[in-house]
Amino acid sequence: MNVSERLKIQRHEVPALDAHHRAQCFEEVAVGFDEKTARAEADRCIQCKRPLCMEGCPVSIDIPGFIRKISEGDFPGAIERIRTTNSLPSICGRVCPQENQCERVCVVGKKGEPVAIGALERFVADFERRYSLPVEGVKVKPSGRKVAVVGSGPAGLTAAGHLAQLGHAVTVFEAFHEAGGVLIYGIPEFRLPKAIVQEEVTKLRTMGVEFALNTLVGRTITIDELLADNYSAVFLAPGAGTPMFMNIPGENLNGVCSANEFLTRVNLMKAFDFPRQQTPVYLGQRIAVVGGGNTAMDAARTARRMGPDKVYIVYRRSENEMPARREEVHHAQEEGVEFLTLTAPTQYIGTEDGWVTAMECQRMELSEPDASGRRRPVPVVGSEFTLEVDTVIVAIGAKTNDLLLHTTPGLEAERKGYLTLDKATGMTSRPGVFAGGDIAGGEATVIAAMGDGRRAAISIDEYVKEK
Amino acid sequence: MAKILVKETLAPNTHYFRIDAPLVARHAKAGQFVILRVDELGERVPFTIADIDPVEGSITLVIQEVGETTRQMGAMKSGDDIRDLLGPLGMPSEIENFGTVVLLGGGFGIAAIHVLAKALHEAGNRVVSIIGSRNKDLLIMEKEMRAVSDEVIVMSDDGSIGRQGLVTEPLKEMLDAGTVDRVCAVGPIPMMRAVGEVTRPYGVKTIVSLNPVMVDGTGMCGGCRVEVGGKTLFACVDGPEFDAHETNFKELIHRTRMFRPMEQRDPDSCRMLQQADVVSQKPAAGADHESRES
Ligand SMILES: Cc1cc2nc3c(=O)[nH]c(=O)nc-3n(C[C@H](O)[C@H](O)[C@H](O)COP(=O)(O)OP(=O)(O)OC[C@H]3O[C@@H](n4cnc5c(N)ncnc54)[C@H](O)[C@@H]3O)c2cc1C
Ligand code: SF4
Ligand code: FES
Repeated sequence: MNVSERLKIQRHEVPALDAHHRAQCFEEVAVGFDEKTARAEADRCIQCKRPLCMEGCPVSIDIPGFIRKISEGDFPGAIERIRTTNSLPSICGRVCPQENQCERVCVVGKKGEPVAIGALERFVADFERRYSLPVEGVKVKPSGRKVAVVGSGPAGLTAAGHLAQLGHAVTVFEAFHEAGGVLIYGIPEFRLPKAIVQEEVTKLRTMGVEFALNTLVGRTITIDELLADNYSAVFLAPGAGTPMFMNIPGENLNGVCSANEFLTRVNLMKAFDFPRQQTPVYLGQRIAVVGGGNTAMDAARTARRMGPDKVYIVYRRSENEMPARREEVHHAQEEGVEFLTLTAPTQYIGTEDGWVTAMECQRMELSEPDASGRRRPVPVVGSEFTLEVDTVIVAIGAKTNDLLLHTTPGLEAERKGYLTLDKATGMTSRPGVFAGGDIAGGEATVIAAMGDGRRAAISIDEYVKEK
Repeated sequence: MAKILVKETLAPNTHYFRIDAPLVARHAKAGQFVILRVDELGERVPFTIADIDPVEGSITLVIQEVGETTRQMGAMKSGDDIRDLLGPLGMPSEIENFGTVVLLGGGFGIAAIHVLAKALHEAGNRVVSIIGSRNKDLLIMEKEMRAVSDEVIVMSDDGSIGRQGLVTEPLKEMLDAGTVDRVCAVGPIPMMRAVGEVTRPYGVKTIVSLNPVMVDGTGMCGGCRVEVGGKTLFACVDGPEFDAHETNFKELIHRTRMFRPMEQRDPDSCRMLQQADVVSQKPAAGADHESRES
């Protein structure tokens, strides 16, 4: 096939479950390519000499390489290509914002639609899951060094996997009773089935990685104690898990909660199965989710599936500025989530006994771009209106938790509590203590966290060998 | 997994658990709490640490049966395993030599002030503990409290043990005598609020241990928000102890009732109501919840 033939092939869209059906269940929405579609989509790649897509990928996956293998029908070969730089492809293929990364710069996309790189990645990862043999223990020579990983989100899991492959004895310390970080408690089942995350954790266990769950580092055990207990290095990947609120009147009324709380109750604690599962979740009939990121979309779509009358997204800028992935926005709209954009809450109104009944909103308009490059929303005078709601889910972002900072002498942070790191190695101000993922204040994506985990594993390997 | 080393029943529906948790015991301080989950279907529920034995590697919890989790705990025996136990959580109590400290414990809040009394006593304070319950049978840990206090005043609603009346009565007498430097109260919210109101005119610093709904206990969900001094704080990381005079108790009471309407939405499920009770009474609340409504 020559280039012009390849360019004639239309992009294959990822099939999704019927919107009406899926709005009532937690089944995975995106269905994924079959072999035929995957090969046909792979044929669209023109195998650029200078593949821009790889520059757009935070972990520089050999994209043309793996796509070529797919078009040749060599799926095991394709997964091998991916795995040299990405250890969690079944997760990345589902949650990466490809439209801002590899697919944004794909050469084919200059004129038409870019190659569906994300869907192809997911296809090969799923192929591997379906057919691969169980992972065997790592055969590398043990280094005799112990490394501690704090937090089991994508950064921690990735670092643990690489460190184990390098022969180090790794223990992952996790505060929750289950490993996976945001992948388990935040991102819902219909977008990332929990079984996939659990499989990755099981693989790590098979490789010899130990998990110390129910362990809050800083409280249950300190970094100093770990270093004194023969851990040669520590990788901190606690995420940025503290939810922000707007600090407007009425925000503590009953019925107002953070997206983290709502999603944790539903995803981790399985409150949708209450009372068999003992954790309850409160959800009324008129739900407003405040925010425009992935977390907001996840909360709105999760709420939608629990059967209320109305679910609104209330966002202060326009749809164009939403940080959420396009796909999530479209899926939410298809499922019947209503969007009130250029709208910001100013206060919540409640009953005598403390229940929210309405939110007062203000219309916004966009003015000059701000520091983030997005146009800044400013209130429209006299545009106040009231929206009747009985549940509000606040999803306006997260900030760092300063527990590790306060309990670890010598650890330094920059503005907003993000840890100060050596750019090249990922080492913190404290020798032997490295960090990455959301706590490092970068992109706040799964793939960036994984990239950090991988980089830190390499630096830690060098560091402990020198010691 | 955390093993129950010893379980004893202290009073009807109130149980003592000594639990094997070496790392928790090594780091725990007075005022902190743990979150536990009985089994894989269980809710994450916080409980105040009532005693710490770093040598044995154990902590003590005193749990009153008020809902699903606590009832399940009540049915457990020595040697059983608790599926998940996380701690110690929250900020430790401020322990200094303040002079004379009056501690008030209502119901199984007595368990929470026990560890506090011990620490304050060791720091050289004169510790006066006022403990109260509905009646003689429900009073717990009197002997243990005597061992760590300079003076113990027992109050009961019906006069079947100690003095009849509310725990705030002897407190007020001491405040009038001008001999109190600091007050700490743990128990049902109305009792803690009442203590704050009694001490306010005297300007005596009063610390209470708040018990909002929690999920993770690590600052991740914000479910435990409380308003203190006009600011929203997270009880699990900024507390659980706060200044009673600054605490918005009205909001706290509303918030602890958050899950009650679930029972109205599904009148057939009495478990939902029980659930709401667990949620509303943690980490430390009293059998005498109703009797202490002031
Ligand atoms: C709802 C939601 C949806 C998202 N959707 C997407 C998406 O579609 N695509 C995307 O790329 N990104 C998405 N993100 C962002 C992405 O999930 C994060 O950037 C990523 O998970 C960060 O990884 P991490 O490893 O740094 O931390 P986390 O995933 O936050 O994991 C940190 C872990 O550390 C544990 N921990 C914290 N402190 C301690 C301690 N002191 N001791 C022990 N354990 C500790 C926590 O319990 C947690 O399990 C989403 C985020 C949310 C909340
Ligand atoms: S930029 Fe697009 S066409 Fe070029 S190699 Fe990458 S995926 Fe293929
Ligand atoms: S319990 Fe979740 S933040 Fe306090």
